[in-house]
Amino acid sequence: MTDTGTGTPLLELQGIVKRFGGVLALDDVSLSLDRGQVLGLVGDNGAGKSTLIKVVAGAYQPDAGTLRMDGAGVRFPAPRSAKEAGIETVYQDLALVDTLDAAGNIFLGRELVRFGGGPVKVLNKRRMQESARELLGRLALELPSSGTEVGMLSGGQRQSVAISRALYTRPKLVILDEPTSALAVTEARKVLELPRTLAAQGVAVIIISHTLQDVLDVTDRIAVLRKGRKVADLRTAETTLEELVAHIVGGGRTRGAGYA
Amino acid sequence: MPEPSTLSARPRRDWGQIALAYGIYLVLLLFVAAMALLSPNFLRVTNLLNIVTQASTVAVIAVGTTMVILLAEIDLSVGSVAALAGAVTAGVLKAGGGADPVWLLLAVLAGLAIGTALGALNGALTVWGGIPSFIVTLGMLSVGRGLTLLYTGGRPIFGLGGGFSAMAYGRVGPVPVPIIILVVLYTLAALFLHTTQLGRYIYAAGTNRRAVALAGVNVDRLKVGVFALAGTLAGLGGVLLTARLDSAQPTAATGWELDVIAAVVLGGTSLYGGRGAVMKTLVGAIILQLISNGLNLLNVQAYWQQITKGGVILLALLLERSIRRVRGGDEM
Repeated sequence: MTDTGTGTPLLELQGIVKRFGGVLALDDVSLSLDRGQVLGLVGDNGAGKSTLIKVVAGAYQPDAGTLRMDGAGVRFPAPRSAKEAGIETVYQDLALVDTLDAAGNIFLGRELVRFGGGPVKVLNKRRMQESARELLGRLALELPSSGTEVGMLSGGQRQSVAISRALYTRPKLVILDEPTSALAVTEARKVLELPRTLAAQGVAVIIISHTLQDVLDVTDRIAVLRKGRKVADLRTAETTLEELVAHIVGGGRTRGAGYA
Repeated sequence: MPEPSTLSARPRRDWGQIALAYGIYLVLLLFVAAMALLSPNFLRVTNLLNIVTQASTVAVIAVGTTMVILLAEIDLSVGSVAALAGAVTAGVLKAGGGADPVWLLLAVLAGLAIGTALGALNGALTVWGGIPSFIVTLGMLSVGRGLTLLYTGGRPIFGLGGGFSAMAYGRVGPVPVPIIILVVLYTLAALFLHTTQLGRYIYAAGTNRRAVALAGVNVDRLKVGVFALAGTLAGLGGVLLTARLDSAQPTAATGWELDVIAAVVLGGTSLYGGRGAVMKTLVGAIILQLISNGLNLLNVQAYWQQITKGGVILLALLLERSIRRVRGGDEM
């Protein structure tokens, strides 16, 4: 399920360094990810997880190191260039417009137009509804009825809309930043099925989460960051919660309860 | 509580929402009924047309203000901008001498242009100057009035020629020209807001500016454009007022920002942005006019009208807030 057999990883980071003033946020981090693979990125607050995904998403420029996609060197001077390369990020604050419906959000900024130009481009609302339904269908989800504002949806439904929005461009890599942090437990379960659905379609997924049990449940691999360094790169099937916690806090101590 | 297995539709239609959506029409009906009881002549067609005509200047300006408020901004300068535009139009007409249609067109365009320029300046100072629109347009309220007094020398401009006042008093068949302007303007504005991409961005940016910007939309330019359009429409209101008075008064349209905002808010457009409908602004403007006429009919002192208008704004806002709170809405 995890390998496509080409041998070349989809994404390869080599020796990434990022400084903020005197603080070394990322210290020589290397990481690779295959198509259809789900990678968990874990670590304590300030370990460098967010910085790392922002480098991948083009929001930060690394001070040293290289990025490769499909074996070729790439640079992402802006989020737009990462998007063009097929990398979509769903941030934890979601960036949805509460007064638009699901289709309106999925197509925000790239609305389908029936006719017109300049300041008068008439929207093709019906086709957007249809496409949105199809898109959510790929995630085995149903489209909330046309006209229902996403502000009225539950956290899990909103999360699904945000993810569908990221999927519209058929990205090669989707980054989910704390996808379940704002959700009720039952809803989190549903959202956590999405990475596997995506992986089965050949999309690579990076999940950042503080909920280690979730990471253990849905990932193929887990990378652990501590103080800007990658301290472990584990196959999920061969690791345990205790081992993960030990890597996160360092020094081999296990203190699982607080993290699970 | 069982969790739905799919993202199935669950529209929550409750009475609060229905009141928000249709309450304004009920209020209009109540006012019409009350006025009909007060005065037997009220329901005559000529009187009804008259009321809408009287409401038309404020209603024209309120189209632009509705869009500004949908963007979660405010424009307090519309009265002053209208006065300046009216004065400039009158000035150009005078300079042209007769009521030659070319000069007439030129004069009207000059008024609209000055309104557009001041509106664009409002937008630029808000967006690129980083000053809240409340402050920017408060400043412009003063600047615009000062410019009007300067331009007119503090004296009215009279003698504009019969062709010009036809904008206010002319009729196409039985329908007064201002009403035709209103119908065309509101239809275009409603189509623009509800069916076009930019219209959707106005609503969306008023709800979550950052999300729209992240989606690649140039929200700053959109805002400046909407402020400029609000200026154009304030200018048009000023031109229509000048035509109705057949003169440009240096103190014309003083305090109209309140009437305009009252019409918008009464029409249910949320001052927090992102919610509202321009057609209901028209209903709001007509209701305000009915209140004015009703109070006149009852021989209520003019001072009370100001108090009533301010009170209506506050009441409408309180109602909206309390309904949204009951509904568990998440605004602000």
